[in-house]
Formats: sequence, structure tokens, C-alpha cells
Amino acid sequence: MLTVSHVMILSLVLFGIGVFGVLTRRNILIVLMSLELILNAANLNFVAFSWAHPGIQGQVFALFVICVAAGEVAVGLAILITLFRNRNSVNIDEFHLMKG
Amino acid sequence: MTEVSLPLFLLFSAVGLFGAVMVVTRTQPVHSALYLVLTLFAVAAIYVLLHAEFLAVVQILVYAGGIMVLFLFVIFLVRPPVPGERRWHGGRHVLLSAALAVILAAALAFNLVERGSRAAADAGALLAGGNMEQVSMTLFRYYILPFETVSILLLVSMIGAIALARKGEGA
Repeated sequence: MLTVSHVMILSLVLFGIGVFGVLTRRNILIVLMSLELILNAANLNFVAFSWAHPGIQGQVFALFVICVAAGEVAVGLAILITLFRNRNSVNIDEFHLMKG
Repeated sequence: MTEVSLPLFLLFSAVGLFGAVMVVTRTQPVHSALYLVLTLFAVAAIYVLLHAEFLAVVQILVYAGGIMVLFLFVIFLVRPPVPGERRWHGGRHVLLSAALAVILAAALAFNLVERGSRAAADAGALLAGGNMEQVSMTLFRYYILPFETVSILLLVSMIGAIALARKGEGA
């Protein structure tokens, strides 16, 4: 039988993989995708708790998280396009304009 | 808390984790994007198992349908791959990052084991009435202000994205 711990462990591992991707990859696109993994892990927790302690609020908040993720991706990809147009690169290491 | 079959959950989580690992390790962004779609579908399947059917549909429509198409468009716009990333060579900070991720996961897991999980006994409350009806009732009765705020947030990010990505005099 499934318990909430199983779902939390899955969410934990998914979150870890996402953090690993954000920290190691140099391609901004893949960093953004790893961010999506992290948000999905968070959503999984919301849904798991909404299932374990019956109540619908967790699912409502997961819905909000999905909306915010959509906005974040739209703005992030627009920034990426502008960066690529100006610098002809999507490598994070080449963007250090704000370094003092 | 209703009964959910463990083997199904394990199957879907294995698929999802496989996809996630592939997302992080592929060199071509296109491959990463397609594996991310796999992971999103697996997560949607787990939502169905956990009786969040409406959320599963939204996940597939918005994530796999909308966000991933956006990703693929941008990948095709941004054609040349990162020169240093022809092959995944591990990067310079790979050990540090792996250690950090493992420590984070261990801390969370410790917390998880420490607290344990006490399930509420009230089964079937989630299933009373349709899932979608319940979600919308809660959303529009108690969370109408966050709902409107999110719609403004989406509008703002849409305008911002257009303004940023537009080629022209302003940029």
C-alpha cells in the first residue's frame, strides 16, 4: 500500500536531480528545464498531502504553482532569446556582465 | 487517504526518475526537452493515482502541451549548441554540486523519517463529488483573490515576454 512517504521520497529525488541540473549544466535551456523538475517535485508534495490528509487545498495550490511556472518560463525564455541575439551564446559562463 | 496500488506508483516513479536523469545528462537540449515531457507525463500519472485528476489534465495541457512547445520553439531559434557542451564532461563543479544535492536530499529525508507520517483516517472525502467540481468550488469560493492575482501575473509576464523578445527600436 502506498503511503505519503513513498511520494515524498520520489519528490525528494526529483528535487535533488533538478538541483543537480541547475548547478552543473551550462546551457541556460537545460537549467530552465531543471527548474521545471524542481517545481514538479514541489507540486508532487502538495498533491501527496492533499491525498493523505483529505482536503482539496493542496491541489488548488499546485494549480497556482503551475501558473507561476508558466509565467516564469515565458519570461525566462524571452530573456534567453534577447541574450542570444546580443551575445550569440546560451552558455551561462559567458554572462558575467553584472560581476563587479 | 484511499488505497493506492504500490506497484503502479513504483512503475510511474521509475519512468519519471529515468526521464529526469536523462534531462540533466543529455547534451542536446532537444533530447532533454523530450525526456522532460516523459517525466511530466509520469508525474501526471501519479497525480491520477493520488486522485487529482483535474490537476493531471492541467499538467498535460499546460506543461506538456504549452510550456514544452515554447521550449522546443526556443531551442530551434537558438540553434548552435554551447561549444563546451558537445559531450557531457561533468563540468568543473560536478562533485560539489552532487554533494550539495545529496546533502539537501539527506536533510529532507532525515526530517521525513524523523517525523514519520500519520495518515488521516477520513477516507473518501476527496472522492465525494467530482475532483474538478471540488477544485473549482474551493478555488472560486476561498481563493478568488489569489486567482485574480495569478491572472494578473500571467498578463504581466506575457507582456514582459513580448516586450523582451521583440526585435526593434526599444530593445
